[in-house]
Amino acid sequence: MTTLDPDDPGRGDVGLGGPGDPGPGDPGPGGPGDPGPGDPGLGRRRLRQALDAATTGAGPAAPTAGAGGDGQAAAGGGVAPGGGVAAGELGQLVAAASSRADAEGLVDVAWVAHDTPVGALTLAATTVGLVKVGFGADEAVLADLAARVSPRVVHLPRRLDVVRRQLDEYFAGGRHAFDLPLDRRLARGYRLAVLDELGQVPFGRTVTYGDLARRTGHPGASRAVGTAMATNPLPVVLPCHRVLRSGGALGGYGGGLDVKVWLLRHEGALGG
Amino acid sequence: MVTLPPFQALLDRHAADLHRFLVASVGPHDGADCFQDVVVAALRAYPGLAHADNLRGWLFTIAHRKVVDHARRRGRHALPVAELPEPPGGPVAVEALRRVDDRADGELVAAVRALPPKQRTAVVQRYLLDRSYGDVAAVLGCSEDAARQNVRAGLQRLRRLLTVEVVP
Repeated sequence: MTTLDPDDPGRGDVGLGGPGDPGPGDPGPGGPGDPGPGDPGLGRRRLRQALDAATTGAGPAAPTAGAGGDGQAAAGGGVAPGGGVAAGELGQLVAAASSRADAEGLVDVAWVAHDTPVGALTLAATTVGLVKVGFGADEAVLADLAARVSPRVVHLPRRLDVVRRQLDEYFAGGRHAFDLPLDRRLARGYRLAVLDELGQVPFGRTVTYGDLARRTGHPGASRAVGTAMATNPLPVVLPCHRVLRSGGALGGYGGGLDVKVWLLRHEGALGG
Repeated sequence: MVTLPPFQALLDRHAADLHRFLVASVGPHDGADCFQDVVVAALRAYPGLAHADNLRGWLFTIAHRKVVDHARRRGRHALPVAELPEPPGGPVAVEALRRVDDRADGELVAAVRALPPKQRTAVVQRYLLDRSYGDVAAVLGCSEDAARQNVRAGLQRLRRLLTVEVVP
């Protein structure tokens, strides 16, 4: 009754049987749900296997899980929301397509995950400059960028090469100031003024929230300064870790207090 | 105002299936080209989307169109089935197919690629990517009944193509 393989009892479904062939050899697991009474006869499993072989043989595997941070090895892949990195050939295809889209001006936000001594940072740039340095999960950072800047957010490590190099130099101790174009669009109004003032605080020095309030002409605005620090879109590069409470208490830090302590010690601004 | 997820999330979720869909539809080499075309076209249109419902369906609708464009560019003479070796005939062919499974797979995949576009997309979505008829309908922009009909017609045509090729 089957056309291609009539004699093999174990594979009653292999041939694309004639119309009306009920295909008893094609049991449940072959189908994604009930194929329905109108689904014509068989070879479905065989069809599935053939298509599967044709596309997995020639093509890449599904994205595999990877640790946070792109590193060099995974530079071609995109980091999935769950932390997976598109691996191998698929990663290269995605990277090539992303580069072409970038060349056509279709990528508004380029991003990369970058490993540092204080953990993986999510770095994002617009055509204006660095727009975001994010601690923690890529997914949340990218969703925020999609909502506030543009949904055309694509993994493009090369557009952040200069940023990554300067960060590496900073963390290695060889760089005390960043020389990067910045896109400050994620901060507005008074917060933006505070961030501009913050950029004047040099490596290895600290100021208080009150100091920054005074320097921006609003001596009573310590609390607003605190908010500006907490919402700083460009931590490390705009050094909100150098801002302490009066009396020397550490205050808060978006990346966690241990990161703030690490950075201050790295800069020699904190004993111990 | 519509909130769209970062395009990256679409790539992460669907790039593997998208690539498989394209390879199944047009082969590995042209599949890679189509993959770039789909990503670029999708990024171009993405910010203008009126809603974020069924972004997968939207993405694969673009892929379906790119496959159709691709076939048009190639011309209808270059259907993969035409490139298959002449079937030596009857029982011999059946015997050969039984012995060399991957060869048989090759014939079958070539036959899938030779299907009319809607049927091909429906069959690949259904049997390679395990999608529901609702998902197939979203890709083709048709009703679920029509999606079911395209799958059915595709299978019937495959059966006919292979019968003709293999058992004259």
